[in-house]
Amino acid sequence: MTALLEVSNLARTYDVRRGRWPFARLATLHAVDGVSFELPAGRTLGLVGESGCGKTTTAKLVLGLLPASGGEVRVGGEALPAAHSPHWRALRRRMQMVYQDPLGALDRRLSVGRQVMEPLVIHGAGSTAERRDKALAMLDAVGLAQHHFDRFPHELSGGQRQRIVLARALILDPQLLVCDEPISALDVSIQAQVVNLLLALQQKLGLAYLFISHDLRMVRQVSHEVAVMYLGRIVEQGDPDRLFATPAHPYTQALVSAIPTHGRARKRRIVLPGEPPNPVDRPAGCAFHPRCPHAVERCRIETPALRLLADGRRAACHLAEQIA
Amino acid sequence: MRALHGIDLEVRRGEALGLVGESGCGKSVTWLAALGLLGGRARIGGEVLLEGRNLAGAPVAELERVRGRRIAMIFQDPSSSLNPVHRIGRQLGEALRLHRGLEGTALEAEAQRLLDRVGIADGKRRLGDYPHELSGGMNQRVMIAMALAGQPDLLIADEPTTALDATIQAQILELLAEIRRETRMAMVLISHDLGVVAENTDRVCVMYAGRIVEDAPIDTVFEAPAHPYTRGLLAALPELEGPRRMLVPIAGVVPEPANLPPGCSFAPRCDRRIEACGHAPPPATELAPQHRVACIRA
Ligand SMILES: Nc1ncnc2c1ncn2[C@@H]1O[C@H](COP(=O)(O)OP(=O)(O)OP(=O)(O)O)[C@@H](O)[C@H]1O
Ligand SMILES: Nc1ncnc2c1ncn2[C@@H]1O[C@H](COP(=O)(O)OP(=O)(O)OP(=O)(O)O)[C@@H](O)[C@H]1O
Ligand code: SF4
Ligand SMILES: [Mg+2]
Ligand SMILES: [Mg+2]
Repeated sequence: MTALLEVSNLARTYDVRRGRWPFARLATLHAVDGVSFELPAGRTLGLVGESGCGKTTTAKLVLGLLPASGGEVRVGGEALPAAHSPHWRALRRRMQMVYQDPLGALDRRLSVGRQVMEPLVIHGAGSTAERRDKALAMLDAVGLAQHHFDRFPHELSGGQRQRIVLARALILDPQLLVCDEPISALDVSIQAQVVNLLLALQQKLGLAYLFISHDLRMVRQVSHEVAVMYLGRIVEQGDPDRLFATPAHPYTQALVSAIPTHGRARKRRIVLPGEPPNPVDRPAGCAFHPRCPHAVERCRIETPALRLLADGRRAACHLAEQIA
Repeated sequence: MRALHGIDLEVRRGEALGLVGESGCGKSVTWLAALGLLGGRARIGGEVLLEGRNLAGAPVAELERVRGRRIAMIFQDPSSSLNPVHRIGRQLGEALRLHRGLEGTALEAEAQRLLDRVGIADGKRRLGDYPHELSGGMNQRVMIAMALAGQPDLLIADEPTTALDATIQAQILELLAEIRRETRMAMVLISHDLGVVAENTDRVCVMYAGRIVEDAPIDTVFEAPAHPYTRGLLAALPELEGPRRMLVPIAGVVPEPANLPPGCSFAPRCDRRIEACGHAPPPATELAPQHRVACIRA
């Protein structure tokens, strides 16, 4: 069986200037650098990692919203058609994205109801009355009320806006939903409600989710598999329970140890020394080595591949067996 | 429509106050109102006292002196406070010029230092970037740098770290704590992440439908929450360990602001409701020293 989404060796670079001056030397920023994964229909892949490591870029590449500099994306076994071609448009109907910054994703001049109905209008689905009914049902499903239909984005709270974006993405009954921080602006009760909704839709309609989030508890709750990114690459991938309970890669270990807790005393936080990474000057060898508490000579020279460990997960670390 | 219903809050110098509550309950509007940022169509009643001076209804010039300099705000939405057509160096520079009177190389150096402090590598080059060339979390850190540029006495941090991963989040919160220790800056931390609030504040106010329903020291809230809404929030949290269970949201929906129930606003969703709850909004009562709750059954 072919997976709904197959991503192999995906890469995206940006040419950036080294300094602030117009004549400054150009350098290459590797935002995404050889990412591969598969997402079967009806499953969820959680994507987590350091801020700026390339999660949003990966999401946009997957949907063809951004041209890749290398690698391939296949949907239902076929290569992603050229962006903005009729074939791509038809495919996009089945693949929707929920953006990270809801205010930026909404049109300030359009009422909430118009925006939620907009995808139906663009794809010429349903009569005016049917569109309205569907939009109202969608608002209800994401926990908004009828009276929000005629409001404008700036009159809503951050969490309310995020749910509008979600309602608009779900209204076309997509097969794949790429969610970039879909719930971080919501209070925990509505987070629970939205996550339960996503899970119910998955069960009912077989939706697949690429779920990007910094909330590792929520990621564990929704994901069948989790991939951890660092500086444009996947450094660990596997079953969420195992990955969060006994992280194998030193970056994942630091990440998990930094999750804020209430109540029970937290385990000791692993504080990463040194500078946060600079994607223009990617360290040689293992990109994590300047900050890694376990690094040995080999890490400075040889880039570790993402390889299968005995327990079925994958990690890109020379010492994964010793330090897990 | 009435968004807020009599918010009484006090923040002392050096204190860190957490503000949590359901989405849309008025956490952001409270501070936008206090700083006169709601625009002409908003009507605001009450007083906002900054060391005894009332800011509500103060002349625009006075408010402008306070904003950014004495009270700074990290806004929830990057796109509402970063201008997409200007490089971030220019935007950060403007804040430094306005609030600190810096110019030239001193300004440049301080801008770089601020980016460095919020954990953005290669600050010199990044100052020349436009917001769309940065990741979501980087933009959030630029906003934090801008808020810190004026060395404020009070920082209103509205979801300051939601776009950040746990390690950088911890680093930023540690930076804010350090600044508070150094300068006795007070902080209001608005967040949906109860773990973040627990680890970074001394006291927390829980808001529901435009009112404060519980106000307590941080440990009390997590160990002995008294308001049914606070308990509902804690029960809705997912765990990192153990078997996965279905999450339990609080039943029902938030009432329409224009259509609040006559008694306790939470009554229609409350599992401890009795008839008297529907009569009048419950007054805040003191359960223990520093622990106030607006629930007649607490
Ligand atoms: N248009 C652009 N021009 C130049 N660099 C860019 C551009 N878009 C993204 N980048 C860079 O690519 C890298 C990856 O960015 P991306 O937005 O994918 O990160 P992210 O993992 O989503 O981070 P966050 O968790 O903070 O949202 C960053 O270093 C960012 O500055
Ligand atoms: N400019 C405005 N005009 C009219 N109503 C507004 C305006 N801004 C906010 N509101 C309304 O005021 C209420 C409180 O909004 P606020 O932004 O303070 O919520 P919040 O508690 O910060 O929520 P969140 O956690 O989702 O950010 C909401 O019902 C919102 O729809
Ligand atoms: S390969 Fe070496 S530097 Fe990289 S994570 Fe493993 S131990 Fe650390
Ligand atoms: Mg992102
Ligand atoms: Mg808000």
